[in-house]
Amino acid sequence: MHPAPSIIVFTTLSGIGFGLMAWLGLGLGPDGFWFALLACGLALGFASIGLFASLWHLGNPQRAWRALSQWRSSWLSREGVASIVTLTVFGLYALLWVFFGVRTPWLGIPAAVLAVVCVVCTSMIYGCLKSVPRWSKPPTSPLFVALGLAGGALTLAALAPISGPAGGVPFWVATVMILVATAMWLVWSTKARETRLDADGSSPETAIGLPHLGRVRLLEAPHTAPNYLMREMVFQIGRKRAEALRKLALALGFAVPLVLCAIALAVPAAWPLLLLAVPVHLAGVAASRWLFFAEAQHVVGLYYGQRA
Amino acid sequence: MTTLPQTTEKKLGLVIDLDTCVGCHACVIACKEWNTGGYGAPLSDQDPYGAAPSGTFLNRIHTFEVTPSESRCGSAASAAQIVHFPKSCLHCDDAPCVTVCPTGASYKRSADGIVLVNEDACIGCGLCAWACPYGAREMDHDAGVMKKCTLCVDRIYNDNIPEVDRVPSCVRTCPANARHFGDLADPTSDVSRLVEARGGVELMPEQGTKPVNRYLPPRPKADIDAPDSIDLVALAEPETAGFLSWLDRALERLG
Repeated sequence: MHPAPSIIVFTTLSGIGFGLMAWLGLGLGPDGFWFALLACGLALGFASIGLFASLWHLGNPQRAWRALSQWRSSWLSREGVASIVTLTVFGLYALLWVFFGVRTPWLGIPAAVLAVVCVVCTSMIYGCLKSVPRWSKPPTSPLFVALGLAGGALTLAALAPISGPAGGVPFWVATVMILVATAMWLVWSTKARETRLDADGSSPETAIGLPHLGRVRLLEAPHTAPNYLMREMVFQIGRKRAEALRKLALALGFAVPLVLCAIALAVPAAWPLLLLAVPVHLAGVAASRWLFFAEAQHVVGLYYGQRA
Repeated sequence: MTTLPQTTEKKLGLVIDLDTCVGCHACVIACKEWNTGGYGAPLSDQDPYGAAPSGTFLNRIHTFEVTPSESRCGSAASAAQIVHFPKSCLHCDDAPCVTVCPTGASYKRSADGIVLVNEDACIGCGLCAWACPYGAREMDHDAGVMKKCTLCVDRIYNDNIPEVDRVPSCVRTCPANARHFGDLADPTSDVSRLVEARGGVELMPEQGTKPVNRYLPPRPKADIDAPDSIDLVALAEPETAGFLSWLDRALERLG
């Protein structure tokens, strides 16, 4: 699938934003003003930038409000509705906390639950597509949730020393969540690598309805130049490039943040290292998200000469 | 509403005969011609006369080579065959493109089962094209909305055109008569009987989309009992008896 930058920004940034909201809503981190202002601001900022990025992807963004109507059947619509409800509930929570110093779990816990729901909706936009086995077979929702919560916990740990002591629970949560996300990513990647285009039994033979007739090979494509379907869904990525990006994702997204977390845990005074870990982690997650799209094969490729 | 109707009164669709399709692309052009001026936004082209032309089409023809497996024909010498394969929207009963639509722009009509896009409500997110396993939907580059086969909904119910023309444009134009239009929910309809008689098939049934359109497989080729190799030299040899040798001798006399 074509790895559109707008969608990579959308899924990466909204994921970390909602992850941060979840931890803040659960009451993690100090109650001080500066932490409240920065952490809530970043959470709302990440999520909003991500959601706005998704609008760049649209052919007619001026009608985007219509996407809130079909929550009964569409995960994309559910994502829109859940995002707005979450931003409202968390916005109220942040407002009371920052300006009145009141951090109420009555708003915080619902905001935390809603934030996780948002990330699940994001993941299901892709996870519900049977036409892309690499998204629908492996555990895509747990992966997105784990990555969002890890990024959120890391950001929270990096900001917590502003209003409180360095170290303690936020540092532990960040370290453990990065570990969990690493494990989730490895599990997902292993399963994804095993999931081939024929995972549901689709082949060039079933694609034209003639599996009994023999082996099918594309002789002539419908057009001499690539079309929308090929640009969007028959995206090819070099194996060498994918391998390089996988290493980059593993290093930046997980290994480096983990090392920095471990240092900060051992020497709490070194906590500014965590401020560095957040953008490094984000870059790694963005690389892994690029691979998530670029390596996914769509069964329509079977009509264009692809075979599992 | 992007939830699907439980049942549809009719199941209008196409039956495409892969035995008689000659791959002339007339249906592709007729489809583009009618639909660029009909329902919704035009089907735009980008760089149509340049080096990399690209455009929106609702119907495309792929040409495949099918090599028979040995078990079927008993010998490895069976010739491969060409299958010209027209592909457009299959108007699925369980259309995944409809349920993923966030705006309600995509819908399946409960009256006749046609899957349509209300272009005024389409935001051009492209998710429906991703959900379709068949590549039946294409985003129009200029209008930023999703285009797909409408089964020529503006022809089939159109009282302003002669009755003979009230079929999809591709069906009307097909010179090989390989395309048939009708109600596949009615077991007595021509298309249903055609599917019954010829063993019409679904595309990718494993995807669970329950397509309405059917494809008629190519008829089995005649098994010619030809020898392994033909002695071409003997045919051209002037010393052989018969007509060829007489002709050869006659020509020699003339020369």
